[in-house]
Amino acid sequence: MPFACIFVPNFPVAAWVRSDPELRARPLAIFEGKPPLEKVFAVSESAKRLGIAPGMTKAQAELCSELTLRPRSLSQESVAQAALLDCAQSFSPRVEDAAADTAILDLEGTESLFGSLPQIAENLWHRGANLGLDVHVAVASTPDTAVLAARGFSGVTVIPLGKEAECLGSLPLKVLFAEGSEKQNAEDDQKKSAGFLEIAWPETALLETLDRWGVHDLRALAALPEIALSERLGQEGLRLQQLARGKAARTLVPLETPAIFEEVVELEYPIILLEPLAFLLNRLLEQICARLASRALHTQELRLTLQLQNLTGGDCRLDASEIFGASDSYRSSQSRSPAEDFVSQRQNKFCRTLTLPLPMLDAKLFLKLLQLDLNANPSGAPIVKIHLSAKPARPRSAQGGLFLPPSPEPEKLELTLARIASVVGESSVGSLELLDTYRAEGFRMHRFVSTRMQKKTVPTKRKKSESSEPAQEETAIAALRHFRPPLRVTVIFESREPARIVCPKKKEMQGSVLWKAGPWRSSGDWWDKEAWARDEWDIALQGSEGGIALYRLVHDLLGGGWFVEGRYD
Amino acid sequence: MSSAVFSTSAAQGRPFVFDSEPVAEVCPQPTTAELFGDARPPQRAVSGISSGAFKDARLANIIPASRLAIRPAPEMVSSGIAEMDALTGGLPRGCLTELCGTASSGRSTIMLSAIAAATRRGEFCALVDASDALDPQSAAAAGIELDRMLWVRCGQNSQRAERHDEKRLEQLMRVADLLLESGGFGMIVLDLGDIPPQNARRIPLATWFRFRRAVEHTPTVLLAIERQSIAGSCSSLLIKVGSLTLGAVEMSSSDPQFARPSHAQLLTKLSITAELARSRMERKPVCSAEIIFASKTAWTG
Repeated sequence: MPFACIFVPNFPVAAWVRSDPELRARPLAIFEGKPPLEKVFAVSESAKRLGIAPGMTKAQAELCSELTLRPRSLSQESVAQAALLDCAQSFSPRVEDAAADTAILDLEGTESLFGSLPQIAENLWHRGANLGLDVHVAVASTPDTAVLAARGFSGVTVIPLGKEAECLGSLPLKVLFAEGSEKQNAEDDQKKSAGFLEIAWPETALLETLDRWGVHDLRALAALPEIALSERLGQEGLRLQQLARGKAARTLVPLETPAIFEEVVELEYPIILLEPLAFLLNRLLEQICARLASRALHTQELRLTLQLQNLTGGDCRLDASEIFGASDSYRSSQSRSPAEDFVSQRQNKFCRTLTLPLPMLDAKLFLKLLQLDLNANPSGAPIVKIHLSAKPARPRSAQGGLFLPPSPEPEKLELTLARIASVVGESSVGSLELLDTYRAEGFRMHRFVSTRMQKKTVPTKRKKSESSEPAQEETAIAALRHFRPPLRVTVIFESREPARIVCPKKKEMQGSVLWKAGPWRSSGDWWDKEAWARDEWDIALQGSEGGIALYRLVHDLLGGGWFVEGRYD
Repeated sequence: MSSAVFSTSAAQGRPFVFDSEPVAEVCPQPTTAELFGDARPPQRAVSGISSGAFKDARLANIIPASRLAIRPAPEMVSSGIAEMDALTGGLPRGCLTELCGTASSGRSTIMLSAIAAATRRGEFCALVDASDALDPQSAAAAGIELDRMLWVRCGQNSQRAERHDEKRLEQLMRVADLLLESGGFGMIVLDLGDIPPQNARRIPLATWFRFRRAVEHTPTVLLAIERQSIAGSCSSLLIKVGSLTLGAVEMSSSDPQFARPSHAQLLTKLSITAELARSRMERKPVCSAEIIFASKTAWTG
């Protein structure tokens, strides 16, 4: 059974470089700790060449002018680890999360899907590069051998069956131990496989002992007599020897991770303008879309959380309705992810949720929609951290047809609707839905969806009583054109019936009533605060351009005013 | 104006010149003999013009308009009213249609019928409402599948309390551009029914031309509702709807007794007069065709 291992060397540095690719070309050092006792935790290869080493103080490192310093970011490492697992799970459903920087895949049965083992290894390497990670990939017959080869050899390595000891022989002893294992936090330690953590001897003591014996590589360790080794180093020594010979066998512990797709960026300087924010959002969206694509998933909801700079130091928290916007698509924290828990402060957060009508996967479209949304709803304060998450969904399936009537493309339509909303307002564009009431203006707007798989709305009682689909040969229905708001008029009565109308706002709508019908009384919601009662008249006035014009005149029985509600046309 | 040319200078063999100067090349095409054959000898075509002009080979390459490729007629779709379809042949796809009329002339009735017919065909429609005047009850009663209609309400969220017509028109034009660019709609209706003509004419003709070009070669019906025609020659179909007369308003009784008390009266029907003023779909009729049809109110059984 073949196994593959994906290893990310110098993981803290790699996590930062993934979030900011410009750091790849610069000497980089990661520091951690509380000031003023901050110490260098990890360094890049170019920084090593400048003489920077882990353990140096931050002050010492700052003496190097070419060096770029960044604080250690657990959130970014978490996101990078999630990306690593996505890369692995795109090739095999059985993946073990051996460490934050290591993922082991079971390749049994995947050769018929993805090709030969060298091809799979090559594709793994390319997929990791696409996700922004500089990975080492190794394929071997046992998981531990694959891990050792990935740690020891850069690039892509394939170890043939039976040649494990021969291939691993040249590797140094330090590959037997996880990189920085003694410094891993408790959460990472729980995820590691048992074989690498249960070290009876401290790592440094073992290495010193073997070094004194003149054992510097795995070949020498494999050649040691077993009994003598067990007498001096115990079971741990035997275990390490088995690893060096490539004979350690164990079962994989598959990972069951929830599908969480999110990206985090912590900014060095606060961002005020939308343009640089859009640049960062584009990068985050591309990463998220790549990860979703690796699992053959789309997304139907994007959630953007911006951590704002606390300018006043006091309670500058925006009102909840301002923060969460007027969007009716906001979801209250029903799916908080672990990364959001890193944001311990609940203040100074600006959240926007983008809900799509259909599962989609288009980074450019998402960026445009977010830009339009942020244009209409600015954050109001400088931004210091960006957190973007996507809710995964299965890709939509649609059956096209040659003879179907035309319909708008969902992606294009979504962008068009967002642009229209920026022109006329979000509440002024959409589809109509009649409410089950006889109240005037008894309707509401909701999102317009063009898909042919849209749910059929349950017809209300009112709709059922009306003929919703008149046959072609039936006569047309006279339409009413509303005045919004209704026009207040003065009515002059004769014999308790309207005889003359005076409307200050519309000169064309005044004069003698030529014909009238009514009144027709209606009322409702009398049990509620919003009770209504009105008398309706249909009246005819002389039109301004000859002919007559028909209006609906309304008397508000509760408020006492007279209004012209609309015109028949 | 008709799209077919029946009698032009080119068809008769006369050049497009008013003096002796040589004309510019129209297009490189066959010789005069191939074009005109034996029936029209070249000498007769140059009466009053020096023969030197015809020595220019480019003149002989002019193709008469009668030989030009004829644009295929657009597909016509039902407007939902049989009488209207008999008058106009339906509404053309890929063209701009104007529906003009005064207040209470029946424009909105025809508009809602057309949208209802489109949604019944399974198409998606968009209504850009410049005055935010759509009555949802009327739309439902007309048979519109409300889930298939996108309603854009202009001028609703003005910063100031008053809603200027200029702002509405600006929003209407921008939204229309976006919808035409997006595509996929079976019908797009621009409702300027309540905009005064003097304001509506502020929409430049270039804008209408752009709309026409955008909808050309697409299956979208572009319908504009106005008080007066403002798109000029950009529209392929112009329908004028007449204003009501009091006799056209039918009450519950066939005997129009206006002296009856108002509570005994009921508005039951409106008679709508429609006239085909211009059509590019066929030759212009010698006299405008007019029809009268009735529309009933929603509460009439």
